[in-house]
Amino acid sequence: MTTATGSSSTDRVAEPASAAGASVADAAPTAPITMAGALNAALRDAMAADDRVVVYGEDVGPLGGVFRVTDGLQASFGDERVWDSPLAESGIVGTAVGMAMYGMRPVVEMQFDAFAYPAFQQVVSHVAKMRNRTKGRVSLPMVIRIPCAGAIGGVEHHSDSSEAYWTATPGLTVVMPSNPADAYSMLREAIESDDPVVFMEPKSRYWAKAELQLPVRTAPMDRAQVVREGTDVTLIAYGPTVRTALEAADAGVEEGLSVEVVDLRSLSPFDDETVGASVRKTSRAAVIHEAAQFGGYGAEVAARVTERNFFHLAAPVLRVTGFDTPYPAPKLEEHWLPTADRVLAALATWEWDLA
Amino acid sequence: MSLNVEHHAARTLPAEKPLRLLDNAGHAAPAREAGGFALPAADTLLDLYRRMVVARRFDVQVTALTKQGRLATYPSAYGQEACEIGAVSALETADWLFPTYRDSIALLTRGIAPGDILTSFRGEWHNGFDQHRHRTSVQATPLATQALHAVGLAHAARLRDEPIVSLAFLGDGATSEGDAHEAFNFAAVWQTPTVFVVQNNQFAISTPLSRQTRAASFADKAVGYGMPGHRVDGNDAAAVYAVTRDAVERARSGGGPTLIEAVTYRIEPHTNSDDPTRYRASRDVEHWKRRDPIERLEKYLVSEGALAEAVRAEIADAAEELAALTRDAMSVDADLDPLELFDHVYAAPRRALQEQRAALAAELSGAER
Ligand SMILES: Cc1ncc(C[n+]2csc(CCOP(=O)(O)OP(=O)(O)O)c2C)c(N)n1
Repeated sequence: MTTATGSSSTDRVAEPASAAGASVADAAPTAPITMAGALNAALRDAMAADDRVVVYGEDVGPLGGVFRVTDGLQASFGDERVWDSPLAESGIVGTAVGMAMYGMRPVVEMQFDAFAYPAFQQVVSHVAKMRNRTKGRVSLPMVIRIPCAGAIGGVEHHSDSSEAYWTATPGLTVVMPSNPADAYSMLREAIESDDPVVFMEPKSRYWAKAELQLPVRTAPMDRAQVVREGTDVTLIAYGPTVRTALEAADAGVEEGLSVEVVDLRSLSPFDDETVGASVRKTSRAAVIHEAAQFGGYGAEVAARVTERNFFHLAAPVLRVTGFDTPYPAPKLEEHWLPTADRVLAALATWEWDLA
Repeated sequence: MSLNVEHHAARTLPAEKPLRLLDNAGHAAPAREAGGFALPAADTLLDLYRRMVVARRFDVQVTALTKQGRLATYPSAYGQEACEIGAVSALETADWLFPTYRDSIALLTRGIAPGDILTSFRGEWHNGFDQHRHRTSVQATPLATQALHAVGLAHAARLRDEPIVSLAFLGDGATSEGDAHEAFNFAAVWQTPTVFVVQNNQFAISTPLSRQTRAASFADKAVGYGMPGHRVDGNDAAAVYAVTRDAVERARSGGGPTLIEAVTYRIEPHTNSDDPTRYRASRDVEHWKRRDPIERLEKYLVSEGALAEAVRAEIADAAEELAALTRDAMSVDADLDPLELFDHVYAAPRRALQEQRAALAAELSGAER
């Protein structure tokens, strides 16, 4: 927990958007690294450690992926371990099923969230169910990396939040790091996992920097982390909205609110213990995500938190999310995305009794 | 038991060399390279030339505006004018076009205004023109998906006895998607009046042709689906037009779909955020620049005395006019209403969305105070 908390706060200091007035002079004497760089290092180290690990997908070779997460890997490991596949997501995931069946550990890249949909059939019908159908005889140790979510000014189909489709599918592990340290650690763990992992990478955090000494291992991938302590309310966030939650926590201080922030990290499985402990402490909770609200992942969070902690709750669990409309064009996305202000406005709808 | 295995289609493979009507020097190509197709009439060629010059000017202008930050992104079709204009010009007004993000210049030929073409690349709304009025679908971003739409629309038109043809553009990379195979197969099985034009510009972002297919040509694949395939020099507007025109007429008269591969090259980066130096040699780009489709047609027209100086000046003026129009359209900031986010999601209004709309309205009026 210390690592995650530490990295997340240095992360915020180094982030240009929130750097106003902050000083990096007292940061640890480690190298600054972006989340994309941390993911790259994780792939590199995983490939060096285990020659069953192969990386393929669209443009992951000489180009190094459109976000450069696979930069230099083909040069280091050759084109039998890192290669450009034909342009076909169903083909990429479907062949990864066969490779994993034969003992490899494929790490495949979907170029953008909305371009993973052609692979939906393979993921849902086969990747998620293989172990169960075969009574454990066939396991699929593969990682499907999906750059996800918005706030980067992308044209349509480049900013979807598709996590609810994957988390609604039993048999998948679905994780989303929010900072470079977790990105490194969780990707290493995902590759080592014998279960298939949908590894979602929030695009708006790719360039977030942290002072890090690699290799780093943070908390186990299935554990949520309290990334900021508080006593009045728990904000439950993941991926891109962890930063939103931390901003809301900062702003909340001025309003006399003490805000605790939990970074889920793993969406499936869900860490009921960490979240529950926080909610029982604060007795109030709100979940924040970019995806639309209706039928979204926040509904699962609200239901679980309520079921397990009803008598500790002083108010219903809130959701602060994107609207129930398709993700908009860039010039309207600032109005669509959940913001710290919107989080605070939502919290203000509760009947507060802050003696 | 009948196995019902009679052959429905001719099995001839497309010619090994791409069909050409004009060679790179602007001379009429030898008959053996023309594959039985005839050079279009002089006024058609002049019209193609005019449209290509205007389209090139538009493309160059938009790329410049993108560098100035007026657009978020723009996938250029520089060098692919012959494929885009040659193919679309073969359609009648009532026919339907199914374009991709790369095919903005083809939309000019459908009479769509520059500002309306660029709405999505500017980041204002996902589409900016009237589909029904221009008989042009939205520019598809998920690859190959539009090919199936083209097949469905053509099938519907046929069920209604309307003599309409649909044309879908695809990139070389997009042909690897499952949707492309499904579209080719549906079209052939249903015998829909559809023309598929694969613009083989050699790269899918960074992925070269050799990593995309092992087939000798995309046109060869047509045979496997049971439809005719043609491989055309994609920098020869005359050939692209003639072959597409033939396929369109064939489709209209009940002859079914055709797959056309137009061999060309992407001169510019994939989009403004791409770095092509990572994956291709500048000498290749230079090589292809010397095969410029506009210069080729111009040389021919000049040598035939079909391009009078006055006409050339008039075309240049038209190109500048369109460029100015494009600049103007991009210099004013569109008046965007955030509350429109909630419109057009469903035909029947939903209460939940009305509530979200009201919440945003309150937030916005609070922000004004
Ligand atoms: C289903 C899907 N997967 C991935 C992408 C991301 N992508 C956008 S363009 C592109 C390359 C397309 O190449 P090609 O079909 O040859 O067309 P070109 O861009 O060369 O015109 C890729 C991979 C996408 N748009 N859709």
